[in-house]
Amino acid sequence: MSATANYLLHLADNAVVLGQRNAEWCGHGPVIEEDIALANVSLDLIGQARLLYQQAAVALGGDTTEDKLAYFRDVPDFRNYTLLELPHRSALVGYAKSDMDYGTTIVRNFLYSALMVLVWEALQQSKDEQLAAIAAKSLKEVRYHLRHSRDWLIRLGDGTDESHARVQASLNHLMPYTEEFWTDSNIESAAVAAGVGVSVASLRAQWDALVDDALAEATLVRPQFEGYITQGKHGLHSEHLGFLLTEMQSLARAHPNATW
Amino acid sequence: MNTVVAPADAIQAAWAALEALADPEIPVVSLRELGILRDVRQGADGLEVVITPTYSGCPAMGQIEDDVYTTLQAVGLQAKVVTQLAPAWTTDWMTDIAKEKLRAYGIAPPGQHCAKGRETGESVLRFVRGAAEPEPAVPCPHCGSSHTVESSHFGSTACKALYKCLDCQEPFDYFKPY
Repeated sequence: MSATANYLLHLADNAVVLGQRNAEWCGHGPVIEEDIALANVSLDLIGQARLLYQQAAVALGGDTTEDKLAYFRDVPDFRNYTLLELPHRSALVGYAKSDMDYGTTIVRNFLYSALMVLVWEALQQSKDEQLAAIAAKSLKEVRYHLRHSRDWLIRLGDGTDESHARVQASLNHLMPYTEEFWTDSNIESAAVAAGVGVSVASLRAQWDALVDDALAEATLVRPQFEGYITQGKHGLHSEHLGFLLTEMQSLARAHPNATW
Repeated sequence: MNTVVAPADAIQAAWAALEALADPEIPVVSLRELGILRDVRQGADGLEVVITPTYSGCPAMGQIEDDVYTTLQAVGLQAKVVTQLAPAWTTDWMTDIAKEKLRAYGIAPPGQHCAKGRETGESVLRFVRGAAEPEPAVPCPHCGSSHTVESSHFGSTACKALYKCLDCQEPFDYFKPY
């Protein structure tokens, strides 16, 4: 597989997995405006994923298609950040049931959107012309995603004691997963060397500034942590991705080659 | 049909047929006025109609493609629809006539944030910080009042936000600058 194809799959998997997660709020949002907002964010992410998978299919050649890449690859094939596949709640033991927590959704969307405004901005200069075009479109969309999640982060963080405590807990839970952003994988390094990709590690200072600025306004404390760094972009995932893909892929796998 | 029509005539005929083709979700404006219909040209295999998506996930793109085929077929033309991503669609391409039609339809038209941002090289970071400053008021398309508030960043379609007028109390859609 070419460096470009692998890199496109990494970006596409990120978008489709978070798009699928946000879509879980469709019909379950805390208020109707937020239900619609997250469905729209999902729509953007799934649209971005489609464009990226289409380009990956072109780069891979053969008879592969965007649908095959999204629906007929398995957990170890997916190159998304582990952060994006986690359920909408803080960590629980495996068999525990829990309601979805909107604060967790907001914190995750904020942390990821803050990264992607920087990534898409840089990728507008990609040597891959189609990727540069996708970046220019996606940048406009992710700016709105960042604005939405940032506003809610502040509203919840600087809100009631209850909302503050819950969104702080979500931040404590999710922040360690962002460590995965900062060590370039072989796929990313190859794409950077080819002039196609961007070194995410080089964006860290800007991301820190964006995050710290919002956390200060939200009266939230950035958690300190150390330990295991997740490896989703290397194909080593949490237990949650399998459940997500099973649901997302079930229709396509039950009716292969179906058209409508 | 293409074989008997001169390419230049075919292009002109296609433009004439597509001129009034409406957007499937906002039927008061045409695809050309919205800037979705970019070009009609002679490709290697005949006529090509170039369209560009508004948002990446715009679900109307399939419908738009079908509408283009149907419209051209009705006047005896065949064409290939080509989807082009660059340059990325922007609300700045929307004509003044289209903006007025949107307003009359009850949708507040987009402002010019995008063009301004690009010209000054305004960075993403400044865009975000700027959000803390008061944004230009979006006038109510019903009564014209600037006394309006945003109910939600996201409205009935990806390209719109939901607003409410504090004077006439009517809710309305705002076509977001993009």
